[in-house]
Amino acid sequence: MSPQVLIDGIIAGSTIGLGAIGLTLTYSILRFANFTHGDFLAWGAYLTLTVSGFLGGLLAGLGIGDPLGPFSFGWGLPVSLLAGMALTVLLTLGLDKVLFGRLRRRGADAIIIVMASFGASMALRSLLEFIFTANPAYFTRELQIAQKIGMGMRATPDQMLTVGLTAVLVIALHVFVTRSSTGRAMRAVSENPGLAGVYGLDVQQVIRVTWIIGAALACVAGVMSGLLVQIRPYMGFDLLLPLFAAAILGGIGSIPGAMLGGLIIGLAEAVTVQVVGAEWRAGVAFVVLVLVLILRPSGLFGRRV
Amino acid sequence: MEYLAYGAFFLTIAMTYALICLGLNVQWGQTGLFNVGVAAFVGAGAYTSGLFTTPAVVDRLGGFDLPIWVGWIAAALVGGVLSFLVGALTIRMRTDYLAITTFGIAITLQLAFQNLEGLTGGVFGMSFIPRAFGDLQGRSIAFNLSNFALAAAMVFAVYLLLQHLMRSPWGRLLRAVREDETAAQSMGKNPVSLRLQAFVLGGAIMGLAGAVQAHFIGFIAPGNYLPMMTFQVWAMLIVGGSGNNRGAILGAVLVWAIWALSGSIISEIFPADQQARAASLQIVVIGVMLCLILLWRPQGILPEARTSSRHLGKRPDKGPKP
Repeated sequence: MSPQVLIDGIIAGSTIGLGAIGLTLTYSILRFANFTHGDFLAWGAYLTLTVSGFLGGLLAGLGIGDPLGPFSFGWGLPVSLLAGMALTVLLTLGLDKVLFGRLRRRGADAIIIVMASFGASMALRSLLEFIFTANPAYFTRELQIAQKIGMGMRATPDQMLTVGLTAVLVIALHVFVTRSSTGRAMRAVSENPGLAGVYGLDVQQVIRVTWIIGAALACVAGVMSGLLVQIRPYMGFDLLLPLFAAAILGGIGSIPGAMLGGLIIGLAEAVTVQVVGAEWRAGVAFVVLVLVLILRPSGLFGRRV
Repeated sequence: MEYLAYGAFFLTIAMTYALICLGLNVQWGQTGLFNVGVAAFVGAGAYTSGLFTTPAVVDRLGGFDLPIWVGWIAAALVGGVLSFLVGALTIRMRTDYLAITTFGIAITLQLAFQNLEGLTGGVFGMSFIPRAFGDLQGRSIAFNLSNFALAAAMVFAVYLLLQHLMRSPWGRLLRAVREDETAAQSMGKNPVSLRLQAFVLGGAIMGLAGAVQAHFIGFIAPGNYLPMMTFQVWAMLIVGGSGNNRGAILGAVLVWAIWALSGSIISEIFPADQQARAASLQIVVIGVMLCLILLWRPQGILPEARTSSRHLGKRPDKGPKP
């Protein structure tokens, strides 16, 4: 096995980890397994792609559309990413308003909300397929050469950037959740929503913040995956099982856990691709999930299930 | 006359979906277990039956050329065993763990159908699965009608069995566990074991349904068992009325009709190169329909009938006065 497995795993794991953070937060604060989360990644990627399509022409017209330094994309992509994040947040808040929020207020069982998320996920994904067709799309057609980064490993500048961006985002989020008063409120609601409400915490506000964080990170993860691989309507669906496995492996509600879980799944996938064969890659997350459920259902950093 | 043959064909497929729905109704309607991997259990049944009943082939295992009914029984057994394994792993945990795990098994089995060429025939699937009333194949009306009669008889048999079970003390216990687990537990009942039994029964029915479907079509491939199928079956059960076996059958026929009709409308309206794209609109419609029903009429068209003992409520006027 070549050391390249390590870097491949970390790169794939960054995307999974970022996606899993949003999933684990909605799971612990809104208390349901959200099957729509994978499609937030795909929608984030497509929304960003749409904005960057508009921006691309504009920036090229201004003469600043060229790729930045060693990367494969120009200023258009970071700017469209911000817009894409905002649009993904609007999408999730809208979905919460028309669907999940209503069910919650009616006091529906968690499992009914899970089922609604399952229906919404199918609808959202097929809508993407209708609008953008099933053909893959790309942010950029630039080719990148992988560079040596020591110990026999190679990575492209784009790949290194995504890993770095993931690290910054996770650390920032961790500080936010552990230090800020909003973060404390989030943890309080995840412990006991009723009691948090009695103490005068604005539970609705906490729910909104949870969706905002989850959607923004989902968009970043989707764009990263789209930049490094490709954009397809089913990209989010294909990532959903790894996301769930990472969230459960890390322990529901734990941000560092979700990130670590994502990295472990990414590494396991990279090892499988090299040792067993690429056609079994999609089964890795399931094996990890089953192992966690047998050996330690509460996950690495989780409370008891 | 062609319409009659098509009608019988359409209804036979609808009946196989009705069987799957009845299986799902044991799991969800009666017990509250959310199975997101319906397609996996159906597919496992179909492949098992295909393995046992196809004539011998060179490039994969089996083809044991056994009679169709052996395939049916084997399919139900495999569906049950698979459900037992998944259930034993997750049923004692929060309900959404079962959902996530069944979702995982659906993806993993899909991979297995595709990649285990020596067992499943890989992406090309299994062909020459013996069809029930195969000697009538030349006469499409007789063939489709007799297959419809067979499938309808199976649905009816499973329906009677389930109706009987649901009225039995076992069925009451299931609903007791679904409604209030703690209360059931305090009466000395074992909720985990009861749930597992229901999950296995439902999974066995799904496996059987997969075999029945395979023996009607005569050909199976991994693409038949996509998450799409799970989603359709869920829409059928929720529309028809979860908890109600007649609702499950009605929902299967109704949603399948909507599906077939919208499919033929799309193939009429859209040009050939846009049809795959337009077909995704079908899924959007069903997805939105599922959400709307969950929001506005969660009990479906035929709500669950209140089932309690026949003797309850009649006692005061019939029983001896103290």
